[in-house]
Amino acid sequence: MRDNIVLCGVGGQGTVLASRLLSTAAMLRNVPVKAAETIGMAQRGGSVTSHVRIGEGVSSPLVAKGTADLLMAFEPAEAARQLSYLKPDGVAVVSNRPVIPVSSVTGGPAYDLNAIMDYLKSHVERLIVVDADAASSALGSSRVLNVVLLGAALHSGALSMDADVMREAIHARLPQRFLELNLSALDYVKQV
Amino acid sequence: MHTEFLMGNEAIALGALAAGVQVVAGYPGTPSTEVLETAAKRGAGRIYVEWSCNEKAAMEVAAGAAYAGARTLVTCKQVGLNVAADPLMSLEYVGTKGGMVVMVADDPGPISSQTEQDTRTFAQFSKVPVFDPSSVKEAYDMVREAFELSELEGTPVFLRATTRVDHGYEAIEVADEQDWKTHDAEGFVKDASRWVIFPRLSVVNHANIERRNARLAKEFSDCPFNSASNASSDLPSAFARKGIATHGINYSYTQEALAALGLEGLPVLKVGTPFPFPEDLALRFLQGVDEVLCVEELDPVIERSLLQVCGKHGLRVAIKGKLTDNMALSGENTIESVQRAIADYLNVQVSDIATKDQDMPPLPVRPPVLCAGCPHRASFYAVKCAMGKKKTVFCGDIGCYTLGNAHPLNMVDTCLCMGAGITVAQGIYHVEPDTKCFSFTGDSTFFASGITGVVNAYYNQVDLTVIVLDNSTTAMTGHQPHPGTGRTMMGDAVAPVSIEAVLRGIGLKTVETVNPFDHELAVSTVQRVSELPGVKAIIFKSPCVMLSKPNAKSVVSASDCIGCKRCIRELGCPALFFENGKARIDETQCSGCTLCEQVCPVGAIAGGEKL
Ligand SMILES: Cc1ncc(C[n+]2csc(CCOP(=O)(O)OP(=O)(O)O)c2C)c(N)n1
Ligand code: SF4
Ligand code: SF4
Repeated sequence: MRDNIVLCGVGGQGTVLASRLLSTAAMLRNVPVKAAETIGMAQRGGSVTSHVRIGEGVSSPLVAKGTADLLMAFEPAEAARQLSYLKPDGVAVVSNRPVIPVSSVTGGPAYDLNAIMDYLKSHVERLIVVDADAASSALGSSRVLNVVLLGAALHSGALSMDADVMREAIHARLPQRFLELNLSALDYVKQV
Repeated sequence: MHTEFLMGNEAIALGALAAGVQVVAGYPGTPSTEVLETAAKRGAGRIYVEWSCNEKAAMEVAAGAAYAGARTLVTCKQVGLNVAADPLMSLEYVGTKGGMVVMVADDPGPISSQTEQDTRTFAQFSKVPVFDPSSVKEAYDMVREAFELSELEGTPVFLRATTRVDHGYEAIEVADEQDWKTHDAEGFVKDASRWVIFPRLSVVNHANIERRNARLAKEFSDCPFNSASNASSDLPSAFARKGIATHGINYSYTQEALAALGLEGLPVLKVGTPFPFPEDLALRFLQGVDEVLCVEELDPVIERSLLQVCGKHGLRVAIKGKLTDNMALSGENTIESVQRAIADYLNVQVSDIATKDQDMPPLPVRPPVLCAGCPHRASFYAVKCAMGKKKTVFCGDIGCYTLGNAHPLNMVDTCLCMGAGITVAQGIYHVEPDTKCFSFTGDSTFFASGITGVVNAYYNQVDLTVIVLDNSTTAMTGHQPHPGTGRTMMGDAVAPVSIEAVLRGIGLKTVETVNPFDHELAVSTVQRVSELPGVKAIIFKSPCVMLSKPNAKSVVSASDCIGCKRCIRELGCPALFFENGKARIDETQCSGCTLCEQVCPVGAIAGGEKL
């Protein structure tokens, strides 16, 4: 395994669990792993990022710009904000559901979703947009978007790990009662 | 041994437990907080852990325990060390018996702090040896080594880590619990010539400390946390006499940058013990190079130390770094900035890295905001409404409530350091007594360093309205208990310290406690109390919504809403937004605090429930 992954989103969206599952998957195969998380202030609504680096010989827990194999974005504007980390032929998996901050309503820069999506489309060759609302209604929960995105990333072939080790990681990390939901979330993108 | 995926701070706590720590005391502060929390969790039933009321108290509690022979750990952030500086400076002269490690988190950037101070510099000033880890694994190893050194030398020892190590994660091997060391503390042995600091003792110990540090500087040259590599044989000769000196997380950035440039063989000096500085090792390194680039964050500590070695030994090596403008004077380094600085230094080309940023559309900004339903919003808004256009000054303080400075509240005119709101307001009063002076202090801040400020105001006859924002927690740093909560870090329920009783005990005649969500009552209370002479206090009491998890939601009736935007403009609650000419509420965020219901001029919002 050798993967550089940047995850991004807005506080409270579950980026931390997704990065934990990736690290657990590496550990299950005895591959070294380092990670870095922005641990923001208590307030919700700020931008959050996690970096995960899997493989031998990694020294910094942070991914260098232009070298991420995978950018996993829980929010379109955050995907654009972190896009410079992605390597030229890297994969971006992006949820299409925007989280609009108060600042866009009270005089800050407006949230122009179309412009942001166009920007992503024109700058990322291997862009996978996940329809978050469709996924939530199909799965009956909006809380497993993180695992849906992980499934999309695995399915895209962006990572050197397979879905089996991620299933093991889910078993290792999550309580029994959430297993079924998360396992079907992992397969959601493959099936649609 | 077994492998765990650990945050740097968790690794530090586990290292301390493996070293047999018995007493842990600290005060929360990002990015240090998880050390103490992890020590409490993983050491439950074995050790004593406390959230002290501030860092000075923590340092003194730990010192006492170390006098009695226990292994002790203090945790705080870098500005916390300023608060604990008084005991620490003297403690270095007195010395300790049990091993004592002071873990301080530095914060280049700064990402969540007021200053960019460097604990390596503080180590030089206080003469306390310091370890500076470059990775999670090294942090684990260093804390154990720090305990050994402390106990051997009878001195406190710093472990200073920066945010990227504190909050970095790594899968590392750690000791199994049954292999953790145990210590029997001998207990306090009376000896006034040792434990009572006097000028006579200080002058003797001062010289001893200087001699000890000179000896440690020699010993540290062989310490595995320091290393110096020579130029590899395949390195192009143009680079063979150009070295890099670095430390902490910058060591990993340097390695990444050198790998990207294909120059892994460059000579590198890594300094894990910046004070006492490993002079012999540095001298050997300097003798093999003509130039050195110092890749450091915060102060140019290694850079100055190398200059000193060059001066002392008459070496003609060019030392470059912050003092020569080769490195940024402030802020955090990144892999990219280090790569650029090294490429410039070596005069090699780097391909431009960030290529995807061009023609990016404007992105929304996400500054931190007070949560939907935060009681601080209601408190600030009440004072704002009460004071209207009067001549006022609002001296704020440090906590979630610093965010009251943001538009549209604009209710924080000053913010300096913890506890300063109360005292800064007094200074302003002495210069312009016709200004209505207010201070805003959180409950945890009140206990940490607010009380003496109120005593000062009362003693010195100031006209001041002291507002205490009591949300029953230390919210900003992740909801730690404090003396007013009636819970300790050991999980015991204890008698809470009453803020109201403390204020009355000082002598204040007027101390009123109000629920800030009772908007009309809150406004009239501020109007009435602020007119009284002398020092008076209002305690706005309502719990942080992150703790109370309310269920009610407020809803805007689209047919009643007249689209005036008053709720949005006045409050800046993140749950409120405007759509199709009407105000709307994001139900996933709303806590039903009812503040907007009370602000709406036509009563179009309902459904919430005041806590
Ligand atoms: C000397 C010092 N120690 C610690 C900190 C870290 N810190 C920032 S805010 C805060 C406490 C805030 O708690 P409180 O006053 O209750 O306000 P709240 O966040 O709950 O609104 C602390 C400990 C600091 N900034 N300075
Ligand atoms: S965490 Fe609590 S105190 Fe801090 S902004 Fe949110 S509600 Fe307010
Ligand atoms: S009741 Fe109004 S002010 Fe309070 S959280 Fe809900 S939307 Fe915000």
